[in-house]
This record gives sequence, C-alpha cells and structure tokens, in this order.
Amino acid sequence: MQLSTRHLLGIKDLTKEDISLILSTAEQFKEVLQRPVKKVPSLRDVTIVNLFYENSTRTRFSFELAEKRLSADTINFAASASSAAKGETLLDTVNNILSMKVDMVVMRHSASGAPHFLAKHVPAAIINAGDGINEHPTQGLLDAFSIKEKTGGLEGRKVAIIGDIMHSRVAQSNIYLLNKMGAKVTVCGPPTLIPKYISQALGVEVSYNLQETLEWCDVANVLRIQLERQNQVLFSSLREYNIAYGINRQLLDNLNKEIVIMHPGPINRGVELDSDVADSKQSIILQQVENGVAVRMAVLYLLANRNK
Amino acid sequence: MKVVLSGHQLATETKLLAEKLLAKHISSENLVLVGIQQGGVVVADKIVEAIRELQPGQTIEYGQLDITFYRDDIRQKIITPDEMHIPFSIENKIIVLIDDVLFTGRTIKAALDALLDYGRPEKVELCVLVDRKEHRQFPIQADYAGQTIKTGKTDKVKLVRNESGELEVVLISEN
Repeated sequence: MQLSTRHLLGIKDLTKEDISLILSTAEQFKEVLQRPVKKVPSLRDVTIVNLFYENSTRTRFSFELAEKRLSADTINFAASASSAAKGETLLDTVNNILSMKVDMVVMRHSASGAPHFLAKHVPAAIINAGDGINEHPTQGLLDAFSIKEKTGGLEGRKVAIIGDIMHSRVAQSNIYLLNKMGAKVTVCGPPTLIPKYISQALGVEVSYNLQETLEWCDVANVLRIQLERQNQVLFSSLREYNIAYGINRQLLDNLNKEIVIMHPGPINRGVELDSDVADSKQSIILQQVENGVAVRMAVLYLLANRNK
Repeated sequence: MKVVLSGHQLATETKLLAEKLLAKHISSENLVLVGIQQGGVVVADKIVEAIRELQPGQTIEYGQLDITFYRDDIRQKIITPDEMHIPFSIENKIIVLIDDVLFTGRTIKAALDALLDYGRPEKVELCVLVDRKEHRQFPIQADYAGQTIKTGKTDKVKLVRNESGELEVVLISEN
C-alpha cells in the first residue's frame, strides 16, 4: 500500500484509502511514542525544512518532534528572521534551501495555495502545514484520528464544527475528510461567520442554533475566533459572541448525553469555550495534541517512502 | 513450488523447538518469547501452544515485534507496519526472538534494534523454524533451528496456509 500522492497539499486531493492508510500507520507510531526510546530510524536519510511564513507553536513543535522521532535531519525557517524579510521571493528561498540537498518541505503560509504553487515548481515533497484560509490537512487528520480513537470510528459519526467557519482552514480540512469517511457534518455559528453557499459547495448541514446543534452531535469541534483574519466587524463583541455561541458547562449539562469536545488550539478562553468545558473530562483537546505527533509521523513516513 | 515442511512436520518441529526451549530454561521465570511480524508471530503462537501442552499451568510472557520502521530496505519497497505488542518490561529478561525463516540475517538485525528500544534485556536468543544457512549476510546464527535447508539465493521460502487452511512452509524457485 502507498499513498496516491507525492505531496500532502490538502485533504481534498486524498482518497479514502489514503486517509485510512495514514490513520492506521499513525496508530503504530502512537505505540512508538509510548516506548522508553520514543524514536525509530526510518527517516535517517531524509532532511526536512520547516518553512513557517506564519506564526505557529503547536504545529511547528509537533512537526519538529515528529521529524526527530523519525530520525530525520531538520532545519527551521521563520520568515521574520530570514531573507524573506529582505524581499526574497518564496520560490527563490525554497530553491536556495533545496540546493543544500533537502528532501521535504513542511510549509505554512498566509496565502491560500502557496504550497500548491511550490509543488508545481520544485522537486521536493511538500507538506501543507496550513495555507491561508484554504486547508490544514494534518489538523484534519489528527482530528479524525482523535474522533476515531475516542468514539471507535468515523462512519456515521455526527460531528458539529462550531464557530468561525468562514476563516477556518481547519474547518475546511475537517469537512473534506469527514465527508470522505462517511461521517455527518453540521457547521454552526453566526451567519456572518458561515459562508453563504457552504451547504451546496461542501455538502454539509448549516445551523445557526447552538443548542440544537449540540443536541444533535456526538462530537463538537469548536474553532477559534480568528480575529487576525477578520478585516471587518462580523459580530458586535467577544462578550456577545460568548453569550450566543460560547460553550459553557450549563449547556452541556442540559444535554441528555455526553458529547466529546475538541478544539484545535489556541483556545480563546471565555470566548468560544469556557474553562470548565475546556478542562473537563469531556474535552480531548490535549489528546488531539498528543495524537498530532503520531499522525504527522505517519504522513512524513509515507511521503518519504513515496518520494525516494 | 515445493513443500519444505508439511502441516504435520511443522507441528512436530514447533513441538521439538518448544522442548528445546524448555530444556535450556528449566526455571523460566525470566523467560520472554517475542515473535517477529508476520511469520514469526505465527510460529511463536505454535510454540507457546506447545509449551502450554508440555507444562500446563505455566505462565509465559509473550509479545509481538514489528520491524517495519527499522528495516534497511525501507526505501526500496513500501511496507505497511503491523501491530507491535510488548505489554511487559524486557529489562533484565531472557528473550527468545522467534522467526519463521532465517535467511540473510537482516530481519534479525532490525529486530534487535527494535527490541533494544524497549529496554535492556539480560540476554537475547534466536529461535527459527527454517534456517537457510548458506546465505547469511550478517554474523547472526540461530540458537534453536528447526530444519536447515539448502536453497538458491533467489529462492523464496515462505510460511503459508494451503487450500485446506493448514500451515506449511514452501519453497518457490524462480526457474
């Protein structure tokens, strides 16, 4: 078995078999992470650059750890501390790095489509670590892995994605993935934060009612309000958002079942999630982070083998 | 395709291996058996079964090792990993690694690498069902071997299930 693609640009391009292969390989890597020596030699002949044109802690650390646990050599690039600040183009930067014999590029960029552009023009394998408001495929994969681990499967599972859908690459990757794997998806949030034609375009249900959505779902993936990507006022205040769409203890206690709470981080506490929800037993937020390393190991491992 | 070990011979051989193991490790408190995925696990299952028949009531710690991530030919073919299951500490234990066929010795080298990531055993021994002795590429020998057979370098020796579902070892020659 191998992946149908040389790059991981988005979940959109993956087949159902690709997703299953990544998730099952990740299970084996999760076992590796429980061992006394949490490291395997599989990628010791591979060099990877982490190219981050946009801030990140979780994703960058997670990729870096995944690379180290696979014994790959890694170099880190932060745009703010590099020649990009002097005006070098993306393609020039990458070609310079690749001429130093780098095999794979893990890339985050604020422009949607930047990794797709790179994949067309350079010989290295490209892994998208988030591009603008397009996709964040490894987040989609680790969310799916966590849902599967917690609830036993994806087929038929009812997943609500709640909050800032408009600006969320996490939402988009999750929707593609869950649809492909046979889960049911409802997006929920204020009308100003949900794209008007999302239902037709991506085949999801839309709800503006938080209470109803929580009653329907098995899993609630709560997204961060992305103030940095909003260039106009889309809701009146954070306090008002919290009252209408924030998830609190009382809402969850009034449901007749226990749903799973997820969040890709970083959390705006007291905005989309209250602390007594984020830190409760229902929340698998820290398991998501833990699973992220195993899932990224699986992606790097499978792509490295596809590209040699 | 030629049958090297029929179902019946295979049962006899695994029983003999179980007897040899027990003879050497009479007080087997520290003994741990580890089968290498995938063929080795099948053989190890048989050996554990035989030990339980020979010494009923004896508890045997038994694990499964997958070496996919440690292979030195990892870039030459894509291999999906199998399950790893070492549910006990191997620290200061006597470990018997079990595999179906010993050929170049590369699998065993990778298995040793994988095993040592779980801790520091006192001793590691090797037990195989079939030994293709003349093709070794590493200085690795079995402590317990069922059948030693002569094969060509390009031959394949495999543990398979025949049509009636019985386990047997077959030799496949290219010519």
